[in-house]
Amino acid sequence: MTVNATSIPRTGVSTETQAALAGFGWLLRSEWTKFRSVRGWVIGMVVAAMLTVLVGLFAAANSHIGCGNGVQQLSGKACLPYIPYGPGGEVVSDSFNFARQPLTGNGTITVRVVSLTGEHADITNGHGAAAGPGPNLVPGLAAWSKAGIIIKDSLRQGSAYAAMMVTGANGVRMQFNYTGDTPGLPGLVSAANPRWLRLTRSGDTITGYDSVDGTHWTRVGTVTLTGLPATAQVGLFATSPAYTVTSSSFGGDSNNGGPSQATGVFDDVRVSGTAAGGKWADVAVGGGGPVASGPAGGPAAGGPAGSGSAGFTAAGGTYTLTGSGDIAPVTPGPGSGYPTVTIGQSLAGAFIGLIAIIVVAAMFFTAEYRRGLIRTTLTATPRRGAVLAAKAIVAGAVTFVVGLVAGWVAIAVGGTLETNSGQVVLPVPALTEIRVVVGTAAMLAVAAVFAVALGAVLRRSAAAITIAVVTVVLPFLLAALNVFPSGAGDWLLRLTPAAGLAIEQSVPNYPQVTSVINPTIGYYPLSPFAGFAVLCAWAAAALALAGYLLRRRDA
Amino acid sequence: MSALHAEWTKLRTIAGPSWLLLGVAALTIGVSVAAVGATRCPAGTQCAVDPTKLSLTGIQIGQAVAAILATATICNEYSTGMIRVTFAAMPRRELVFAAKAILVAGLVLVAGALAVLGSVLAGHLILPGHGFSAARGFHVVSLSYGPTLRAAAGSVLYLALIALLSLGIAAMVRDSAVSVGAVLGVLYVFPILLVFVTDPTWHRRLERWTPTLAGLNIQVTTGVRSLPISPWGGLGVLALWACAALLAGGTVLRLRDA
Repeated sequence: MTVNATSIPRTGVSTETQAALAGFGWLLRSEWTKFRSVRGWVIGMVVAAMLTVLVGLFAAANSHIGCGNGVQQLSGKACLPYIPYGPGGEVVSDSFNFARQPLTGNGTITVRVVSLTGEHADITNGHGAAAGPGPNLVPGLAAWSKAGIIIKDSLRQGSAYAAMMVTGANGVRMQFNYTGDTPGLPGLVSAANPRWLRLTRSGDTITGYDSVDGTHWTRVGTVTLTGLPATAQVGLFATSPAYTVTSSSFGGDSNNGGPSQATGVFDDVRVSGTAAGGKWADVAVGGGGPVASGPAGGPAAGGPAGSGSAGFTAAGGTYTLTGSGDIAPVTPGPGSGYPTVTIGQSLAGAFIGLIAIIVVAAMFFTAEYRRGLIRTTLTATPRRGAVLAAKAIVAGAVTFVVGLVAGWVAIAVGGTLETNSGQVVLPVPALTEIRVVVGTAAMLAVAAVFAVALGAVLRRSAAAITIAVVTVVLPFLLAALNVFPSGAGDWLLRLTPAAGLAIEQSVPNYPQVTSVINPTIGYYPLSPFAGFAVLCAWAAAALALAGYLLRRRDA
Repeated sequence: MSALHAEWTKLRTIAGPSWLLLGVAALTIGVSVAAVGATRCPAGTQCAVDPTKLSLTGIQIGQAVAAILATATICNEYSTGMIRVTFAAMPRRELVFAAKAILVAGLVLVAGALAVLGSVLAGHLILPGHGFSAARGFHVVSLSYGPTLRAAAGSVLYLALIALLSLGIAAMVRDSAVSVGAVLGVLYVFPILLVFVTDPTWHRRLERWTPTLAGLNIQVTTGVRSLPISPWGGLGVLALWACAALLAGGTVLRLRDA
């Protein structure tokens, strides 16, 4: 390969490096020729692509779980008459009891919250909504039960807002536009330990403050609500997300839960900027009134704005407000009450395609040993590390292309199937979708490299394939099926090569929503790129071991 | 008889099978101990855990090793060309195949019994200390408890049936790598599908009629009445799959050139 070395002009890169690169190019080409000329391997990759697409579409078409408790199924399979989307484009819950009045121009609302209490469905009998007219409620506050003050674009579900609130277990928070969440003072509010909250509007800018005494104020956060109309809605709100207890047993979760409601007591309410002597009008946004008056457990059944004034009393400057629902992004899984899926649902087939890919990738190396071709290969290219690298690159590149095509088709077609079957596919930004599709292809490619390296280490296809499949697929299964309690299952998805599957997570873990971390619903314990890095580390370690053994052992 | 003897000689004179049998027992017990050790039921909480089934978690990985053992007994003969010698010596191929099946099933039964005994013992010793005590309404994992005995014996049979299913597939596929891929696919694809396919009708179909999901019902000891298929019925479904695979494998073996 050094024939042309003397004629290569001097360019700063030494001629030896250039010759080595040219040699490696030839090596890549010869490995590619080996790959494409074995019919079984080409068939194997086609099978992998077909399995990925077909299984993904099957899973997408049959993932309809029916409507939540008390939600009527509409014509077709749709459950919800109206799905609110937040300003950021995400699907949101926007149901709460709202005592409000219009606020024109700039202004300030200040309140003292003296109590936050709650009730949730009695689930000790194993069922959320008891038979009968209404759910059987027992006292209890959910971690994200909330009550406080809010300035909101309009009464339309999904409209922009900023709010200061006390919560069940997370202290004072400032939240805005569903996804924004800033902590304020810690601790649970009570008559002995009240909290003052304040929101100030100045143009499009809203600033939240909290205080323990009503005199010394701390700024919690400032947010800009672009396009906030001159007349916004200002007032008191209370809401409480559905209460869910996940008990796990092998073969699936059983989720017991039901509606919950929160009651906030406010006094010392002062509003500046509204019409003098403005009256509080109560409205249950999105059916977010008290549980007994609204449809049990069902989100947003009331459409854009429900009506009624149940759950609101005002007496002698003290306001008591009871509501249920949530003001938060919708996350996948049972807690939301929505029939939601993530775009990753359509990538279920990638697991099955992965098995075919691992078989081909492992054989790509072990076949050389079986036929004795390895001696010819190593005679032609004495630099054994280069041979290993070339094989890894070829297997990885082919897998990446196959995975990219298959994953893209599965997501594009699967999303349509899911929408048609009444599912709400949680929308994600275009960049996230690209990361999921490209990332899945990259994950498959790294798994293929892992299998090539294992093949070089073990020299036996059966052993290499078994180890690759079992270490990537089994941890996922054990975690997904809740064989282990969630803590131990999470560690499986952090430490094993299965961590790489995190690249498929499309909806972030919102701290302000109680959700179950389970790969079944597209939630992984590691962030997408951290999980992918774990898989890469495994592949790199296997490659390093393979390179070492390849040099040290007789072929 | 001579076929059985010949196959036994082939199996015991290479190191692979004994390591794999050891692997069935060791990996099963290891994963079971890990599962049992990691699970606790803190006081005051409700735990929907089936202690017997939890103790037998390791079967999930033990089955893969048993399946590899089964495929190796066929595929290694094809990859070395030994199969031609075997068939020249024993022209009645179905006898050879039957001898292999009997041997593989017998060996996996022995290794499986060890694996299951170890797993049950782990559950018996560890679980009561982790909150799964009789005082809180959990049964003690012990072979003297009827459902646990059924689950344990059934799990041993389950491993043997998985090995036979794999043997049948390997006889059809012949290539060792592709066989292993196909067998692992059969073992793990359906549980993965079950995770993603949430449609109730398909969920139930998968749970009732696919080899691993139906077969593993044998491990359930709590809430048996709400199972999609009875424990022995589920194992029966797996047995049907294994029979079908053996029949298909045997037929192909007879009809094809070696």
